[in-house]
Amino acid sequence: MKLENFRFEKDKDGIVVLTWDMPGRSMNVITEEVINELNLVVDEIITQSSIKGCVIASGKMNFSAGADLNLLSQGAKQYEAVRQERGEEAANILFFENSRKLSILYRKLEACGKPFVATINGVCLGGAFELALACHYRIMSSNEKSKIGLPEIKVGLFPGAGGTQRVARLMPTGDALQFLFKGEQLKATAALAGKLIHEVVAVEEMIDRAKIWINSNGKAQAPWDAKDFKNPSGKVFSPTGMMIWPAANAIYRRETFDNYPAAKAILHAVYEGLQLPIDQGLLVESRWFAKILRSKEAAAMIRSLFLSKNELDKGARRPKEIGPVALRKIGVIGAGFMGAGVAYVSALNGLDVVLLDRDQISADHGKEAVNKLISASVSKGRATAHDRDALLDRIEATQDYLKLSGCDLVIEAVFEERSVKSEVTQRAQEVLGSEVVFASNTSTLPITSLAETSLRPENFIGIHFFSPVEKMSLVEVILGKKTGDRALATALDFVRMIKKTPIVVNDTRGFFANRCVLNYIREGHIMLGEGIPPAMIENVARMAGMPVGPLSLNDEVALDLGWRILNATKKDLGEKAVDPAQEKVLYFMVEQEGRFGRKNGKGFYDYPSIGKKSLWPGLSIFAQKDFDPELIDIAEMKQRFLCVQAVEAARTIAEGVVIDPREADVGSILGFGFAPFTGGAISYIDGLGIQEFVVLCDRLATKYGSRFIPPTLLREMAANNQTFYSHNAVARVA
Amino acid sequence: MPEAFIYDAVRTPRGRGKSDGALHEVSSLGLAVGVLKALKGRCGLSGEEVDDVVLGCVDPIGEAGGDIARAAVIAAGYSYRTPGIQINRFCASGLDAVNLAAAEIMSGQHELTIGGGVESMSRVGIGASGSAWPVDPAIAIPAYFMPQGVSADLIATKYGFSREDVDAYAVLSQRRAAEAWLQGKFSKSIVPVKDINNITLLDRDEHLRPETNLEALAALKPSFSFFAEQGGFDAVAIQAYPEIEKLNYVHHAGNSSGIVDGAAAVLIGSREAGAKLSLAPRARIRAFANIGSEPAIMLTGPVDVTNKLLARAGIRLEDIDLFEVNEAFAAVVLRYVQAFRLDLEKINVNGGAIALGHPLGATGAMLIGTALDELERRNKTLALVTLCIGAGMGTATLIERL
Repeated sequence: MKLENFRFEKDKDGIVVLTWDMPGRSMNVITEEVINELNLVVDEIITQSSIKGCVIASGKMNFSAGADLNLLSQGAKQYEAVRQERGEEAANILFFENSRKLSILYRKLEACGKPFVATINGVCLGGAFELALACHYRIMSSNEKSKIGLPEIKVGLFPGAGGTQRVARLMPTGDALQFLFKGEQLKATAALAGKLIHEVVAVEEMIDRAKIWINSNGKAQAPWDAKDFKNPSGKVFSPTGMMIWPAANAIYRRETFDNYPAAKAILHAVYEGLQLPIDQGLLVESRWFAKILRSKEAAAMIRSLFLSKNELDKGARRPKEIGPVALRKIGVIGAGFMGAGVAYVSALNGLDVVLLDRDQISADHGKEAVNKLISASVSKGRATAHDRDALLDRIEATQDYLKLSGCDLVIEAVFEERSVKSEVTQRAQEVLGSEVVFASNTSTLPITSLAETSLRPENFIGIHFFSPVEKMSLVEVILGKKTGDRALATALDFVRMIKKTPIVVNDTRGFFANRCVLNYIREGHIMLGEGIPPAMIENVARMAGMPVGPLSLNDEVALDLGWRILNATKKDLGEKAVDPAQEKVLYFMVEQEGRFGRKNGKGFYDYPSIGKKSLWPGLSIFAQKDFDPELIDIAEMKQRFLCVQAVEAARTIAEGVVIDPREADVGSILGFGFAPFTGGAISYIDGLGIQEFVVLCDRLATKYGSRFIPPTLLREMAANNQTFYSHNAVARVA
Repeated sequence: MPEAFIYDAVRTPRGRGKSDGALHEVSSLGLAVGVLKALKGRCGLSGEEVDDVVLGCVDPIGEAGGDIARAAVIAAGYSYRTPGIQINRFCASGLDAVNLAAAEIMSGQHELTIGGGVESMSRVGIGASGSAWPVDPAIAIPAYFMPQGVSADLIATKYGFSREDVDAYAVLSQRRAAEAWLQGKFSKSIVPVKDINNITLLDRDEHLRPETNLEALAALKPSFSFFAEQGGFDAVAIQAYPEIEKLNYVHHAGNSSGIVDGAAAVLIGSREAGAKLSLAPRARIRAFANIGSEPAIMLTGPVDVTNKLLARAGIRLEDIDLFEVNEAFAAVVLRYVQAFRLDLEKINVNGGAIALGHPLGATGAMLIGTALDELERRNKTLALVTLCIGAGMGTATLIERL
């Protein structure tokens, strides 16, 4: 037996310690070779009578992150080839059989008659935790970093190697469904309380404890293989089941708007599986897994939320010729809400921060905001008092520009006015010289023109954070016309240090994200003007996959801001550049009614001091007489919301503002929550097919206005049968 | 096509559907046997001449399982040659049993049949027979399953019925039912339930609260808000009807149908079959209809099925003298009244299930008797009986007094 990925060591008692330690990798992952070797190991253990049992351990810092998602997405190509050659059912059969290999292997291990123990240190996720679940005994180290979990749902998949069946047989159904739905990771204490593991010991004792368990006649039988096994919640059709299942189905819809087939597959697999013996349960789970693995939602989510995001996180757009930039200390000018957020995430990730404002009181106020953020983490148990003190020590609040001395990067987050920005740039450069990279967190002013106020425009760049900084993981890095590679490398290294995801965009009004978001909000205004009930606008937007309705979102960013932007656009670009329906709505809300949004307690919603917000009854002024909601085409409303953003995203690519579709996709999901199941604003277009998208745009443009007219780029791509992600795509993938 | 005539209709009083209810000690079989025996006695049947007995039962499990109709036929002393079949269309089962029994006559295949229903809600329990509908994701999710009370609150929210509206209707139902009992309006159909020593266990409906008023009802808390919010059903309602911002929870035990035990049976036959037994037909079954309606809001089927029935029968709404629309929830009746701009004086004139109770599988057959008795008393001609149904359906029957 030749093993590349495992060490197979048998002790004098006949217990094998199988150490998973893949060469050339820092993390164990499940690959085809791993599956093959594990199969050999299990066969060996079954046939060698001198072997008593097996302890599975990892030779790495972590147990394993689970299956290689690249492997999972490869099956699609083979499927297509077989389908064309031998027909659909043959392709389905082959795909089904391939996609359940891991499940069959784990069941073989579980039913082999000899005891297996999993010893878990570090993270043990997805397919790796499913391996542990198939073992007869699970020991976890008390290491704070040890975590188990089944996070497949986050990329549009679900645990398909026995995870749904075994978890639902270990935990009460409600808890099991929640664990599977959320994809959350549990530390050892929580995993033990949830009965997902058997024992927690210090990391160095794990192997000994495992051997002791085997030597003291540890049973090589899963609980569900015992004759008297009962599910923790009893039968599905029982009074208990009637309390669980109707609510589980409803909560699925509440949380997903029925947009996530993988989450629904969990319900199906558990509901059907719990009414069957384990082997049939696993079979049913495999059927759902094969179906979900071939779903377009899974393909889109794996691509954008896993592969593309990882590539961007690792610096896909970073100029390779520039060496790593050592960042130790940064300056943040402007200690308001955004500046404090930037200071917080920087200090949290080990950077020293000079937090500067025009007077000491303002600077201290910013540091106090940071204190509140970290203290909230402490009170939630996510950080210690020591962490808080250390973090605050790294931040120096000051009004003295001389304190910026020694900073490797300066980010300004001062008031959005050119003169103010230009002044702080100059004062900082008086201290630091022209060599240091200077970044602006502006969301509205063009970087190219701001760069002109600095000594060296090539060292000037935009780093646009989203609010609230500590929660939003996207950062837009904006290149001015003269921005140089060193500035870009510095900005990207900084973003990587603070563990956020960057997209690199060229300078334009609104950059990428805000352009799309403003279109979304405007569509809500226009629908309101059409007489569609405001509740319907908000609900259908969320049904389309958006995290909040356009009216809620507008209340958060302020209506008067939108009104100012509209008037500025009108002044700069003329009457035709604004939509009269939107103008009417905003004029009424802002000018006539003084409703500015959450900030003055009244916008499209009322914000009572106690209780939930509710839609302002005064919006009935927009209502149509004898309106019949049954006549509204809900599917078309959803299309309007997604299409108006996607077509704007396509325009940013056509204009060269965004040059990589991965950035538009990842940026649209992380930046403004664009329906994640689509894979993002560009994948939405690819998913529909560009021809179909263009037809849809033209139809919507005829019916609702020119804002839906697709850019020429899309018509050309449609004519040439291209997609954004195909090899002959127009867009250049860096 | 042969015509189907109603020769007689009987029902038990409705016993409170709890362990302290007067009919709790009587089995489902016992309830069904009671009404079958009564028909046999009142109509002078030997038992041999009945071609089929169709009984509705919504939870046909345990003591009510395994074709309760066949068991009841034998136990009631009919001939072993009379078969029985149990059917289930949720709350309309009793009316559908009457319609199927009539259809057997209209098709010319049978001469004399019985349609009826039985439900011992206190003994078997609502939902005891299980259902894929709320539980299996394959149907619960695409059908936007919600508990019926949440659907009823959705009707109230969508069609604008306030808490005061539904409570006022509940008070009206109680007042009408009390008045009906006072004037003996149910006595023609009621068959007391007796024990083996011929001692009367119950001879009047037990669920009524004639003393109820608006203030008393106003004090009751909504029944479905907690479940809707905790169980996610409010979100399901809003995704089905996104024009709604939030549900208005108006229903409670006082304006919803009561949980009760009871049974009913209706004797149906051809003209010749009646003549052989020297029975005068009391009414003709003019038409009946079934329909599926939007399943999320679930309980608006009576409107849809009424439209279908009127169109098929070529009858105008104004021609109908009386309506019996099952009072599953107050909003169901109010929506029906609103949709057809009905005069409240024509609908549920002797109260309904809010006051009297709703023994699921039996109610439809009971309403046939109630409507027929009232037509005779008022010397009127046409009555329409309809019920809303779980999973979104409607059944309606039009009877014509002779």
